Amino acid sequence: MSIEAKEIFKPRIVAFCCNWCSYAGADLAGSSRLTYPADVKIIRVPCSCRVNPMFILRAFEKGADGVILCGCHPGDCHYTSGNYYARRRMTLLFSMLEFIGVEQGRTRVEWVSAAEGAKFSRTMNEFAEKIYSLGKNVRLEDLRCRN
Amino acid sequence: MQRIGVFVCHCGTNIAGTVDVKKVAEMAAKETGVVHAEDYQYMCSEAGQSKIIAAIREKGLTGVVVCSCSPRMHETTFRKAAEKAGLNPYMVEIANIREHCSWIHKDMQEATEKAVILARAAIAKVHLNTPLKPGESRVTKRALVIGGGIAGIQTALDIADAGYKVDIVEKTPSIGGRMSQLDKTFPTLDCSACILTPKMVEAASHENITIYTYSEIEKVAGFVGDFTVDIRKKARSVDMEKCTGCGVCSEKCPSKKNPSEFNRGLGNRSAIYIPFAQAIPNVPVIDREHCTKFKTGKCGVCAKVCQAGAVDYDQQDEIITQNYGAIVAATGFDMIGLDKYDEYAYSQSKDVITSLELERIMNAAGPTGGHLERLSDGRAPKNIVFVQCVGSRCSDARGKSYCSKICCMYTAKHAMLIRDKYPDTNVTVFYIDVRTPGKNFDEFYRRAVEDYGVNYIKGQVGKVFLQPDGTLLVQASDLLDNRQIRMEADMVVLAAAIEPNPDARRIATMLTASIDTNNFLTEAHAKLRPVESPTAGIFLSGVCQGSKDIPETVAQAGAAAVKVIGLLAKEKLTTNPCTAKADELLCNGCSQCANVCPYGAISYEEKQVNDHGIRETRRIAAVNNALCQGCGACTVTCPSGAMDLQGFSNRQMISEVDAICR
Repeated sequence: MSIEAKEIFKPRIVAFCCNWCSYAGADLAGSSRLTYPADVKIIRVPCSCRVNPMFILRAFEKGADGVILCGCHPGDCHYTSGNYYARRRMTLLFSMLEFIGVEQGRTRVEWVSAAEGAKFSRTMNEFAEKIYSLGKNVRLEDLRCRN
Repeated sequence: MQRIGVFVCHCGTNIAGTVDVKKVAEMAAKETGVVHAEDYQYMCSEAGQSKIIAAIREKGLTGVVVCSCSPRMHETTFRKAAEKAGLNPYMVEIANIREHCSWIHKDMQEATEKAVILARAAIAKVHLNTPLKPGESRVTKRALVIGGGIAGIQTALDIADAGYKVDIVEKTPSIGGRMSQLDKTFPTLDCSACILTPKMVEAASHENITIYTYSEIEKVAGFVGDFTVDIRKKARSVDMEKCTGCGVCSEKCPSKKNPSEFNRGLGNRSAIYIPFAQAIPNVPVIDREHCTKFKTGKCGVCAKVCQAGAVDYDQQDEIITQNYGAIVAATGFDMIGLDKYDEYAYSQSKDVITSLELERIMNAAGPTGGHLERLSDGRAPKNIVFVQCVGSRCSDARGKSYCSKICCMYTAKHAMLIRDKYPDTNVTVFYIDVRTPGKNFDEFYRRAVEDYGVNYIKGQVGKVFLQPDGTLLVQASDLLDNRQIRMEADMVVLAAAIEPNPDARRIATMLTASIDTNNFLTEAHAKLRPVESPTAGIFLSGVCQGSKDIPETVAQAGAAAVKVIGLLAKEKLTTNPCTAKADELLCNGCSQCANVCPYGAISYEEKQVNDHGIRETRRIAAVNNALCQGCGACTVTCPSGAMDLQGFSNRQMISEVDAICR
């Protein structure tokens, strides 16, 4: 997708980040001045297992073009096992979303530790790039929500 | 309806440089419920905080949004300020417009738009915030130190001196760690054992310190102030109470050809052994893998010669369960394996050794009795080549990207000691850079070059060839002269990179402490909280947190001890009020939430409920607020949506999503 087109299309990308690893990883990306598109907005959750599939459906309903969930690496969860629950739930949710026509590229789970600012920035760049190439999400959006 | 105040911080130019803060305040003021919006240079300053306090009092705010740096930085600051003004601290939310916005975006318009959206999300959340009250939990006045090296010993001594009980758990049969393996220490050339042994003895005889050697951490449960830890005390096969440490058993043991871990496999030890002369406790261990009695059932010499009757072949591993208020990780380091660096012929020649092996060879109690000799033929080496940065500062995946920090100094030490004791030996050091940033370090290095005539060459060694006569040929580059060098050597010493102890990851997982990609434990803040883990109640001491030398390790050990003492000195700790809560009208007592709870915080009680006029007794989930850590696993599992997390409720999260997607 060309740069011009990118400027016209301003996707809404929601990133759920766990407080202990990924949110801190995002902070590190910030303090290391590692850029990623401003279309990505981060929501802080205590743990990736706090993210209810309902939140993701809601985001798509409200017009989000991509949703990414970031948590601690498997085995490193601050709450021992939360990210395993998140992984299972998201696997199920994402396959269901794909079934109803939300492309797989619009959803992603990524493990980012507190020390991986560079990985956070890279992941967000990649993910945003993917959303740019997929374009506007038309599935699931509740048109009544549109302003 | 909440009355919300929005406070936008400039953070000097950190935020204001890329975000139009006035615009953010202006846009925020238009949001529903916002009755006050202002911006200020430094919101976290005394003056900034008083602005918040004044606004809360004057305008009767019920909710506060601060658009500033990460909540990990100043959430507590602003919550405390709100509390001073009489507002519940949990009515404050932070919009992170620095780390997540101004620092990563360059375009002012783009960054401002994003900051406005982040502020909106926080405002939307605050609308649904409810006042929360932290609970209290008790503090067990006892600390656990994992690792009995100099870091662990120093931390334990400092905590114990303050009057608290400390347990040291050490995996190997003796405390002492890597420092006990060293011969001399830079930059003063003190004998390592001479300065370490008194500390070991002090720790062992301290009334507040209990040492569990040959023991490992098996399980950690609980949280700050009240951890429950299972320690596996491995079977020594020797009764610690009865043994007098006479050493006859090791003398008479017929199985003598076992590689000595203490001497890095360069020497042998018997199957029943005390790792080194100054070991604490001075009680032998039977290495069951190599012991004839355990292998074949026939032997039992040690039991026969032991006059104290201390040898006990039937001894079993013992699990000790103990409660602690704080845990210090002091797990230390090891040298990297050199199998990926075979260009240095480490596996082919006995005369290519690591620096730690050289340390053992130079030590009077080492495998050669302190005589510098080639391990292949016992000859004294005439030409010794030191290779720096083997696996350190490595750009590819086979090595470590970091600087191991100690190698430049210990190599200067080795070179100096060799030239001092064997003046006719030629010593050459190949280096990338010589790094000597420590007190008296550069002076020390210059002495090696100027007074002791050590030949330093800037350049890397490409390959070491083992020649048919057993000597080594070193192929290297000299970067300053821009030429290739081929040099004969009798001994090559590799400054292998140091890496965290292989157990560090396993232990970090048990402690739920963060760990980085190099397996170093992560500190809570790289600059301001260097000895604390992000996990409350877990502290870091020594190389487990990052490469450091002995003085730095001792300093950090003391710092960690102070943090532990500060924690143990408290009578009560306040607990996180963001805990799960079940809606008793929605809960149907299905037990799904209890199944996923990692802390066992959920139980069930029969409770009288009034469901729209129908009074009945139902089985309802009850959350123990002292145990709940607020992860939220149960909230998503709950099929009826009865379970919610206070401070991160379903409605709050959804309102944030809505605000972002608006």
